[in-house]
Amino acid sequence: MSFEKRPETKLVPVPSTNIVPERDVDKTPILEARNLGIDFGGLTAVDDFNMGIGRTEIAGLIGPNGAGKTTVFNLLTKVYQPSRGTILLDGTDTHGMNTIQVNRSGIARTFQNIRLFNNLSVEDNVKLGMHNQINYSTLEGVLRLPNYWKSEKRAHEKALQLLSIFDMQGLAHAKAGSLPYGAQRRLEIVRALATNPKLLLLDEPAAGMNPSETAELMENIVKIRDAFQIAVLLIEHDMNLVMGICEGICVLNFGKIIAKGTPSEIQANPAVIEAYLGKKKEDDAK
Amino acid sequence: MTMKIKKMSKYTRRNFITYVMLAILFVVVQALVSTGNVSSLIKGQLVPICAYVVMAISLNLTVGVLGELSLGHAGFMSVGAFSGVVMATCLQTVVPIAWLRLAIAIITGGVFAAMVGVIVGIPVLRLKGDYLAIVTLAFGEIIKSIINNLYIGLDSGGLHMSLLTDKLNLAEGGKTILGGPMGATGVSSISTFTMGMILIVVCLTVIFNLVNSKSGRAVMALRDNRIAAESVGINVTKYKLMAFVISASMAGMAGTLFAMNYSTVVASKFDFNTSILVLVFVVLGGLGNMRGSIIAAAALTILPELLRQFQDYRMLAYAIVLILVMLATNNPTLSAAFRRFFGSFRRKKPTSDAKGGAAQ
Repeated sequence: MSFEKRPETKLVPVPSTNIVPERDVDKTPILEARNLGIDFGGLTAVDDFNMGIGRTEIAGLIGPNGAGKTTVFNLLTKVYQPSRGTILLDGTDTHGMNTIQVNRSGIARTFQNIRLFNNLSVEDNVKLGMHNQINYSTLEGVLRLPNYWKSEKRAHEKALQLLSIFDMQGLAHAKAGSLPYGAQRRLEIVRALATNPKLLLLDEPAAGMNPSETAELMENIVKIRDAFQIAVLLIEHDMNLVMGICEGICVLNFGKIIAKGTPSEIQANPAVIEAYLGKKKEDDAK
Repeated sequence: MTMKIKKMSKYTRRNFITYVMLAILFVVVQALVSTGNVSSLIKGQLVPICAYVVMAISLNLTVGVLGELSLGHAGFMSVGAFSGVVMATCLQTVVPIAWLRLAIAIITGGVFAAMVGVIVGIPVLRLKGDYLAIVTLAFGEIIKSIINNLYIGLDSGGLHMSLLTDKLNLAEGGKTILGGPMGATGVSSISTFTMGMILIVVCLTVIFNLVNSKSGRAVMALRDNRIAAESVGINVTKYKLMAFVISASMAGMAGTLFAMNYSTVVASKFDFNTSILVLVFVVLGGLGNMRGSIIAAAALTILPELLRQFQDYRMLAYAIVLILVMLATNNPTLSAAFRRFFGSFRRKKPTSDAKGGAAQ
């Protein structure tokens, strides 16, 4: 499979803001957000957001509803242009890039409300993820030149290979919109992976899944990280999933980071407990 | 691998049926014409039918595959028609072979319509839905009034062009090709049914191949979900414009074919009504369904001619037939009955293709 060559990475020595400082020591974090913030009119949705993610780290972004988690995703993928702050992707500043360029330089994402190409087949959805790696021109496609057949065949094989992560090869010809909910979520992950990312952003991947599906998803996320050697940042409300697989967790409340650390640190953090459960009264425990 | 063959053959089979349908139609019509079994009324409709079929499949690319409503498709037809006519008249003496001259004229029409497609598409495709429809509607009207006020003449010195006035300053022996509201007169009608069928097959092949390629997938992806398409790195503007321009260019070619069938062409022929008529073909045939568009375009062009016996009530009958067809195709009971009836030799009723999926 020929992948589009990415621009050379410019290494910038920076003090680590990694959630887990000892993760990937001496390596540039894959993602480094510094003083990131965005205002919508007078409302500051996200402010002073600092986070680093190691090159093969699984990180979690949690927080109560409306804390600004999805806004952070939209900032990282440039759906919104940040009002302030910088985002370094693999050491390169993403300033001035748009969504498409950010995707090409290595961030892929899934959506909280599933956004598949519903009228297209499962396989076509995955092939669309590989869009920028399939190298033939429109004219070659229309004239059906040999390069078309070669590239399409390669894309087809790669698509099936990617679908096999979730054991979905059998559904390749099904219409994406007709899949059951859980399969649609998995397909979105496959499509994101097909873009050959360095960092995968998962927005509530386990939403609407039952406990056994969630357990399977946890295994698969780890499996994907190991197989593709990529970093994963996920937003999730399912604490079993977050505490189970995340190495570093970042807690957001009212657009600001209130805690960062390993799962056990987060679980013991009084600020987090307060954000989720409210202020503790003096004498009743939890 | 087996799955691939199965899938490939599914698309190929669908497209194959369409090609076979066209081939049979061509042979039958040619046979009927040569044996003199076709009334002159129908005979005169053969080229317009071809032109409308190309219009329908090209608009289906914009409406069904790209998912944007365009109400100015006749504008592109008009641009293609008049640029093609001017080209053909210029080449009258240089290229004596009629079919070659026609082919060159058709290509010219396609190129000019494509250029206008780019100019219109860049600002217009930023809009969505109703707004796009309104702007394309306005575009069609603008084209109509420009051509209504455009005078083009040819003399030994070359082409003369003038807007708003008919002072072309033609030299001795010069000839006015396009006379403003008078339209293009004295066009040598060289369009043939064979050329029309060739144009249909070429356009159809381009659309089929496009839809089953990387670019066509990208176009359908941004129809289904623009935000997701951007998130996987698909250049939305590029593919939108590409589909729109290809569609415009095909409409231009259809326009040339249409215009070269008559000795006189006026700009008011390509008005809002024509755009709507073509849209009716597309909607009736099914969005994204190319075969449906072909059948609808052919049937609805023939229908008014067949209804001539109703005289004054012709258009009323046409409208009633149209409404009945729409009701019948959207009636679940009826379509279920059809499915049961045809189920034995038809694997699956292509209702799922009615909106989107791969074009067939």
